Amino acid sequence: MDVLLQQLINGLILGSLYALVALGYTMVYGILELINFAHGEIVMVGAMVSVSVLVALTAAGVPVALALPLALAAAVVVCVVTGVLVERVAYRPLRNAPRLAPLITAIGVSIVLQNLAMIFWGRQYLSFPPVIEVQVYAVLGATVSNIQILILVVAALTMGGLLLLVNRTRLGRAMRATAQNREVAGLMGVDVNRVIAATFIVGSALAAVAGLLIASYYGIAHYNMGFILGLKAFSAAVLGGIGNIPGALLGGLLLGVIESLGAGYIGDLTGGFLGSHYQDIFAFLILILVLTFRPSGLLGERVADRA
Amino acid sequence: MIGLLPDRLYRDRRIAWAAFGVLAVLLIALPFLVEAGLGRTWVRILDFAMLYVMLALGLNIVVGFAGLLDLGYVAFYAVGAYFYAILASPQFGLHLPFWVLLPMGAGIACLFGVLLGAPTLRLRGDYLAIVTLGFGEIIRIFLNNLNAPVNVTNGPQGINMIDPVRLGGHALTRPIELFGVQISGPHAHYYLFLGLTLLVIFAAIRLQHSRIGRAWAAIREDEVAAEAMGIHTRNVKLLAFAMGATFGGLGGGLFAAFQGFVSPESFTLMESIMILCMVVLGGMGHIPGVILGAVLLTMLPEALRYVGPLQQELIGRVAVDPADLRMLLFGVALVLVMLFRPQGLWPSPVRARELHPDNPDQVRQEQESLYDAER
Amino acid sequence: MTPSAERDGGGEPLLAARAVTKRFGGLTALSEVSLTVQVGEIVGLIGPNGAGKTTLFNCFTGLYHPSAGTVHLEGRPLAGLKPHAVAALGLARTFQNIRLFANMSVLENVMVGRHVRTRAGVLGAVLRGPRTRAEERSIRERSLDLLDRVGLGGRADQLARHLPYGDQRRLEIARALATEPKLLALDEPAAGMNHTETAALKGLLETIRERGVTLLLIEHDVRLMMDLCDRVAVLDYGRKIADGPPEQVQRDPAVIEAYLGAGAA
Repeated sequence: MDVLLQQLINGLILGSLYALVALGYTMVYGILELINFAHGEIVMVGAMVSVSVLVALTAAGVPVALALPLALAAAVVVCVVTGVLVERVAYRPLRNAPRLAPLITAIGVSIVLQNLAMIFWGRQYLSFPPVIEVQVYAVLGATVSNIQILILVVAALTMGGLLLLVNRTRLGRAMRATAQNREVAGLMGVDVNRVIAATFIVGSALAAVAGLLIASYYGIAHYNMGFILGLKAFSAAVLGGIGNIPGALLGGLLLGVIESLGAGYIGDLTGGFLGSHYQDIFAFLILILVLTFRPSGLLGERVADRA
Repeated sequence: MIGLLPDRLYRDRRIAWAAFGVLAVLLIALPFLVEAGLGRTWVRILDFAMLYVMLALGLNIVVGFAGLLDLGYVAFYAVGAYFYAILASPQFGLHLPFWVLLPMGAGIACLFGVLLGAPTLRLRGDYLAIVTLGFGEIIRIFLNNLNAPVNVTNGPQGINMIDPVRLGGHALTRPIELFGVQISGPHAHYYLFLGLTLLVIFAAIRLQHSRIGRAWAAIREDEVAAEAMGIHTRNVKLLAFAMGATFGGLGGGLFAAFQGFVSPESFTLMESIMILCMVVLGGMGHIPGVILGAVLLTMLPEALRYVGPLQQELIGRVAVDPADLRMLLFGVALVLVMLFRPQGLWPSPVRARELHPDNPDQVRQEQESLYDAER
Repeated sequence: MTPSAERDGGGEPLLAARAVTKRFGGLTALSEVSLTVQVGEIVGLIGPNGAGKTTLFNCFTGLYHPSAGTVHLEGRPLAGLKPHAVAALGLARTFQNIRLFANMSVLENVMVGRHVRTRAGVLGAVLRGPRTRAEERSIRERSLDLLDRVGLGGRADQLARHLPYGDQRRLEIARALATEPKLLALDEPAAGMNHTETAALKGLLETIRERGVTLLLIEHDVRLMMDLCDRVAVLDYGRKIADGPPEQVQRDPAVIEAYLGAGAA
């Protein structure tokens, strides 16, 4: 078995999930210059809702081909409502406040969402029902499963859709204008509040998709899965260049690959001193290194233009 | 002590001394009153309140004085705690004395603060917050995993049987009789912590009203102008970071010796956020407010334990586990305070105006002062 | 000795800028601007809006680093120095869009200016020994004295943000003076002041000069500039188009062209 290729495949799939979540961070940051700390929790909500709905529907005998889209739809609705509520309650009143204030409300909202989920769903893991029979294919000495392929396809389609939305529609144009300069966009007749709300809607819908896919990838959902995931996705967005949509894609994929390769080789690299359970460290190291040495990220424009 | 008072109180020193006398008697009697009224557990809670006052005052230097958002503060607390735990426990069979290790631990934490701060302090506010958060997580991941190949931290199990504080050969955990009064472990720790807390308060007040404190405030107000007036902003910010880390390390050492046990569980991001809440909720930059915030937030979760029986009484069953409710309430409180009372419960008269959102000028200036990101 | 000093003859200049160019991306904000300021002079810098006056100030004070050219203060190169280091060398400034420490008291604002000339560190602050106490006392006294000099003696305990506009400008001057500058660079100190306030400002600036501080100022109030300055330099579109005694500059065809041209457009 080709270990390197296997790690690369795993990394790409993991990375496509990070990218989906990273998009939510980057879109909000691009427009509001706000780190939407609660975004990871929205992903968690998406995962929990989709898994619960899926469990309920399959138990009721609904066929998988129908249950999966329904679960996704339910997750999208709940996530969008949550995302818009969060924006209205915790961010919008503070839009002109010093930066510290919305960052702290964002942390507060994360805690609230996490604990609501814990009270609602309990502390135990929800397992993703085995609705799809796993088939494993051999590719050049590595293996890939049908679920992994499905994840990759859905993630790619979603991201393609987002790119179309941003680059080809009126709403997308308004979003880009608002990201460039909120005041000018407002003067040019863009309803900035609606664009911001739309950004949260789109970002939350992406989070719902990501939640479902992540739950199927790991086979479980848990009330505190969102935080670390969110941090990693944020790191991915920073790596690619925060505020930059292609950057989030690139950053997500790169982080996935780095984590996967890193976890595979860290033992050899450090002479066995550090083991694969240090996997989580890579995201934070990347975060610190990028922010310290190249805060604009790989594809980002100079931060100064924004500041 | 008179020197710590606001100017108007200079005028009548007798009132000041009388107030101090009453306060002193109250503070000395407090653990006995608490034990009589609420039980021995609450004396322990009182001890933790003192510990958190120290930590919150340390973080307040960074966040409140200098205006830097640090979300990884618990890392320094962890460094102090593990430093003591490793060198004064059966982990390596080392039992170095507490009074040597405590300042050393604070020093090591300070060093970590400088190491983290030096490359990152030029980042703009929210980026700095994220980087410190990442640093906190890295420290925790190491604590969790440094049990192999060499067992340094004993991994997730943590380190047990840590040596207690010793005062002249007497272990503070043991009860002792002084002047005919029985002093239990928690009582003795209360007096130790109270003494150190007073020292920390004293240092914090003096720092605030000093050349360095003014420089911190200037940076918080307008970094560009501060730099133009000759303040080496990077070094002065680093100093704030290092001071905060030192207090964190100090708290950590005390925690390890008091608790007798440390594990990575005690040093999660939530702990950082909790300490930040104390600062924000109390009133950033205002020392009495921060003390209030720390005491309130230490007591609150304990008080929330009574929510269980209360539910039992009201609706006949325990619908929500009080432990679950407690973090939820924290989150709600954070959001509400930022929305409706961003200056905190007991703000300094000045800071109150500054953090109020209806202040576009301030925002503009803050954004302009981010020129550092260009470099 | 810098090369420009020889050219100007009268001893080493306090400030010597040679061919300073500053580009932002494709935009050239300053193009080979040279300027010298002699010890004891009051030099004015005028020009239409957007001519690059503030950009030049920023290049002098370390806020920007010139894309090309050099700046020397007392013969020492300022290249690569950060603003705090420039201030330590003796060049202090005020800002066009007033940048006070809004939520600190008037007195504290000036006391911050003393930072660069004092030493007390963390240990000194906590222990507050005799030396620190003496230093604090001198910081306070000098700051109060400076407030008196700019006419804000009675307002020491107010918050800076509560001062009227003209007073804020004067507070910025006091704060800058607290750093003991050799050269004080003022960015539109009379902006927003009425006639009486401007007259008082003129008096203040003259006393500052008498006390041995050299002045460089950007100002739109032409009358004030003509009355006050020994020499005036004119910037237009990032280039220096004139430099000389006020009455000579006033008659300079290029200057008239620049101003009228700007007015006509």
